[in-house]
Amino acid sequence: MDSVFASIVQAPEDPILGVTVAYNKDPSPNKLNLGVGAYRTEEGKPLVLNVVRKAEQLLVNDQSRVKEYLPILGLAEFNKLSAKLILGNDSPAIQENRVATAQCLSGTGSLRVGAEFLAKHYHQRTIYIPQPSWGNHVKVFTMAGLSVKNYRYYDPTTRGLNFQGLLEDLGAAPAGAIVLLHACAHNPTGVDPTVEEWEQIRQSMRSKGLLPFFDSAYQGFASGSLDADAQPVRMFVADGGECFIAQSYAKNMGLYGERVGALSIVCKAADVASRVESQLKLVIRPMYSNPPIHGASIAMTILKNSDMYNEWKIELKAMADRIISMRKQLFDALSAKGTPGDWSHIIKQIGMFTFTGLNSDQVAFMTKEYHIYMTSDGRISMAGLSSKTVPHLADAIHAAVTRGC
Amino acid sequence: MAIRRAMSGRIMDRTAVVGAQYMSSWWRSVQPAPKDPILGVTEAFLADQSPDKVNVGVGAYRDDNGKPVVLECVREAERRIAGNLNMEYLPMGGSVKMVEETLKLAYGENSELIKEKRIAAVQALSGTGACRLFADFQKRFCPDSQIYIPVPTWANHHNIWRDAQVPQKTYHYYHPESKGLDFAAMIDDIKVISLFSPQNAPNGSFFLLHACAHNPTGVDPSEEQWRKISHHIKAKGHFAFFDMAYQGFASGDPEKDAKAIRIFLEDGHHIGIAQSYAKNMGLYGQRVGCLSVLCEDEKQAVAVKSQLQQLARPMYSNPPVHGALIVSTILSDPDLKKQWLKEVKVMADRIIGMRTALRGNLEKLGSPLSWQHITNQIGMFCYSGLTPEQVDRLTNEFHIYMTRNGRISMAGVTTGNVEYLANAIHEVTK
Repeated sequence: MDSVFASIVQAPEDPILGVTVAYNKDPSPNKLNLGVGAYRTEEGKPLVLNVVRKAEQLLVNDQSRVKEYLPILGLAEFNKLSAKLILGNDSPAIQENRVATAQCLSGTGSLRVGAEFLAKHYHQRTIYIPQPSWGNHVKVFTMAGLSVKNYRYYDPTTRGLNFQGLLEDLGAAPAGAIVLLHACAHNPTGVDPTVEEWEQIRQSMRSKGLLPFFDSAYQGFASGSLDADAQPVRMFVADGGECFIAQSYAKNMGLYGERVGALSIVCKAADVASRVESQLKLVIRPMYSNPPIHGASIAMTILKNSDMYNEWKIELKAMADRIISMRKQLFDALSAKGTPGDWSHIIKQIGMFTFTGLNSDQVAFMTKEYHIYMTSDGRISMAGLSSKTVPHLADAIHAAVTRGC
Repeated sequence: MAIRRAMSGRIMDRTAVVGAQYMSSWWRSVQPAPKDPILGVTEAFLADQSPDKVNVGVGAYRDDNGKPVVLECVREAERRIAGNLNMEYLPMGGSVKMVEETLKLAYGENSELIKEKRIAAVQALSGTGACRLFADFQKRFCPDSQIYIPVPTWANHHNIWRDAQVPQKTYHYYHPESKGLDFAAMIDDIKVISLFSPQNAPNGSFFLLHACAHNPTGVDPSEEQWRKISHHIKAKGHFAFFDMAYQGFASGDPEKDAKAIRIFLEDGHHIGIAQSYAKNMGLYGQRVGCLSVLCEDEKQAVAVKSQLQQLARPMYSNPPVHGALIVSTILSDPDLKKQWLKEVKVMADRIIGMRTALRGNLEKLGSPLSWQHITNQIGMFCYSGLTPEQVDRLTNEFHIYMTRNGRISMAGVTTGNVEYLANAIHEVTK
């Protein structure tokens, strides 16, 4: 029999995950993976937080634990604690039962469930995302049935925020349009608005009735402080308005492959939140029925135990600090080499990624000649750097920038 | 640099609440959703205070004390895993090792098809996730096709293909009078639905088949019947998609339970399969499963797999690692695998024992009705034939919880409650 799928062509490699595929194939001993945003230690090894190992042991040793289906919305306590983590322990929205939360599969899953809900229940089908944004955002929203537009965000000339462009584009959006906001540590640029700029964004959006959809994948990872990194989200919630929040524990708890995340929908009233919650179940059930138990159990164990929570904060700050130190070292190395150009954005940008400003030719050159792997938009994951490898990267950047000028 | 991140309480105090407080909720018109017919049963059961309450609703295995079971082989696998490995992202297609072992279960330990690399396969979020991925894949690459779903089927099948926006139709399956298979009508439906009929798009139709232990009826075709079904589906050029959620759980022997699939493979169909470890490994909440699509050759399998990954990426990026690790640890260790097979047989045998006991009790009570179907049917569920009204009476008067279609999860029946259950059923049906 002929296959009904005979005419299917092979899909291109995912631009982000495909980098690691290529890196793995490279036999060079000097190769460096600055592609996917997964934290690495100074020794270049993946890291499982001590507090996560502790939580895992507690779970394994607890013979009373079973592996039954979770409810469709996941672990209730995990959901409550996740909402508190992003909104603050004393958030009125939580106290007033105005927040509907669903445990989802990390940031991706939270975004997708939220987007499908919007496509089903919201009157506006367009979402505005910053230019540029995480490569998977467009696919997530499109598959959910939303159409995607861009708002200006990154300014290549300053390697900073194009604030005027942002305000203009959001100001021109139709009333009620959905707007994706990176809560902190913008991916891929590392460029975040200042607190003052966030306030202006908030005012502008609220006056136009635009619906904020926060992607919070790096809380605690950006500045090292969970509360500081949550500020933009809390500012929006403090004004009493509604918003969507997708949270991920992939990076800040190092739970990557366990797929731990949460979608919170902050509503105006408790009865609305309750109805919204019931409708979220109808989105989730035909997708995967209920979320995976293991990772969320680990996260919940940590969040609800104050000693473990404090341990977590310390380990999280250490990761953030190491990244900040890598930024400084790279900047210093390029300055010392006298590499042409202004490289201060390396220390101005924040979070796991640096948008180097290198073009795709330069990136290809660095991959071919120096075995350095990054996405073709010039984004490097600072987490993949160590004191030992910074010089190699600085050499490569220098060569790429000065060749054939 | 980092200074701008400093908390600025001043700004929030000063801020006028612009616009937000004068607008009403965007979600005013969102209606409360109806409770999920299956999962809602357990919620109601948990809320019931009666000491006599019995949950024969959701299909999760219970031991003879009515307790959930974590298999010994699973506990051992977890002990080995804990603390040893990192939690890095799996590839989009999931754990390669887990998928390899899983294909062997479905296609055969020494399957030529596996050796020839003709199977495109990815780790999926249990059975639901595998079906949804396939439905999305079907929509994307055979956009004019429809899915034919048996009547009745697991309620969520309808939701899955609906949300994937694949039009659905039904085919005859359950025969209420005999409480068995409506074989003749099923074959008629397959024959009438023609690949080239004017109503159908040239891409043909897709048939959803339960590989074994049909949910909710427990009614499976015989081997002879499967051969005829395969023949007619092939004659009409349809695509056969198997949902196999109970391999090992039906007869106690995974090889036997894969018979229908093997027949279709022998006949040369290019099938798709959704596999789940929720029940047969007791990994319910871990969400471990696999979607596979048999292709013409290795090149096509590579292409199809890449496209399946493209569908997984915007849904959850990559699947959860823990459950997959448990599966691959067990299946790649001959001793653990042997232990697993033993434990699966114990579960299946207990259920078969409960079927015998329930039927025996009803007959002993002198019920005027025939309860043969309880032991004819197979797997976790028994389609009792009870009406929704009778089910409501069971719940309201006897605190017995099941779905309103009369589906009894035999896994919830124990030596401790089988008499009580039989009495109650007799009361509402005599």
